[in-house]
Amino acid sequence: MPLVAFTSQLQRFTETPEIRTAAATLRDALGAAFEANPRLRHYVLDEQGHLRQHVVVYISGRRVVDREALADPLAPDDKVYVLQALTGG
Amino acid sequence: MVDRAWVASRKGLIELRRRAGGWSVARTSFVGDPVSMVLPPDASGRMVAALNLGHFGVKLHASDDAGATWREVAAPAFGPQPEGATGPAWKVVMVWAMERQGGTLYAGTLPGALFRSIDGAQSWQLDEVLWNQPGRPAWSGGGYDTPGIHSISPVGDDTVLVGVSCAGAWITRDGGAHWGQTAHGMRADYMPPEQAFDPDVQDPHAIARCAALPDVLWCQHHNGIFRSTNGGVRWDELHAPLSSFGFAVAAHPADPLTAWFVPAVKDQCRVPVDRALAVNRTRDGGATFETLRAGLPQHDCYDLVYRHGLAIADDGTTLMMGSTTGGVWASDDAGDHWTALPARLPPVYALRFG
Repeated sequence: MPLVAFTSQLQRFTETPEIRTAAATLRDALGAAFEANPRLRHYVLDEQGHLRQHVVVYISGRRVVDREALADPLAPDDKVYVLQALTGG
Repeated sequence: MVDRAWVASRKGLIELRRRAGGWSVARTSFVGDPVSMVLPPDASGRMVAALNLGHFGVKLHASDDAGATWREVAAPAFGPQPEGATGPAWKVVMVWAMERQGGTLYAGTLPGALFRSIDGAQSWQLDEVLWNQPGRPAWSGGGYDTPGIHSISPVGDDTVLVGVSCAGAWITRDGGAHWGQTAHGMRADYMPPEQAFDPDVQDPHAIARCAALPDVLWCQHHNGIFRSTNGGVRWDELHAPLSSFGFAVAAHPADPLTAWFVPAVKDQCRVPVDRALAVNRTRDGGATFETLRAGLPQHDCYDLVYRHGLAIADDGTTLMMGSTTGGVWASDDAGDHWTALPARLPPVYALRFG
């Protein structure tokens, strides 16, 4: 199952569970993490459900392309890292 | 005696206290995080800080013990953006203004929206009438990519005036059921001549109200200073010495003829005139001004006092200002003399007593 992990920077603000999920898309994988900690959602996504402008997500080394619908597909052995983008300071 | 002030800064919320030796830093919260605005404690110690985290967005924190401890509360947020909506994205970029009137909290944001909370920031409601003004998608940014509400001036439960960069000033007198433009008389020298007096393009940098006579309003505008004596129905231009460009204005809480401004050269050169920091004060409604310099740096000074960086206390004589380069100065005599805070702070976004 894909692994989802978050930048340790977020631990200043809220818990960041590292989870394994059977999700087939990034959207569903993030949703599983937000179920574990609902407060995490609005640190990663804005109110329109898009990735925040200065948050970046890599899937097994690939930078996520679809930042709005979050439709990037996940393979069973993918590793998803949610990180802060350097554009944000 | 006024003995506490709050500095919302680029790198934290800084509490200043006045003790025997003068003002000094008492506590810093949110070290390292940008704090875009602070609402000082009410009588029960309840206060709110707005954070603008570089990566993770706008967050609000509330304290019930005047800043000793904090907890995260709801931040203003838009509902789903309709398909095909024009104008800026329906995403709160920054909380630029916060005010309290009775049991209502107000937040002004980038993009230019007004939110209310009647449950102590547990939830926020968008003022949809103002947001849905037909011309709102055409409002332009001023200093930021999107338009924003930086000044919120409530009077009683029903009247609220907001300053918008760049869309003039808007007022409701029925609690938000209707809003109307109220920047008539302001002049924009950055527009084509035929549009100079169009209220919808005005860039009021800050609007302040005389608490005792709320029909008296002062505006430090992008290219001038304006005053209204009829609650914003009509604005008259004033002319200050050194420069009429600046960001900050403080209105005397009781004397409708007195206000303070901090001039800078011009929009293309945002430094003090001759790199010497000064405050302009009028005590006659803007007919004349005094330029006050005692205790302020008079050479090699690049300090710009931003729109929320100048505060007047309820006593009408205690002033404090903070700059974009982290200087803070206080006055106990209505600006005649100033004393520098013995600390170098981060860039100051807002400074408030309370």
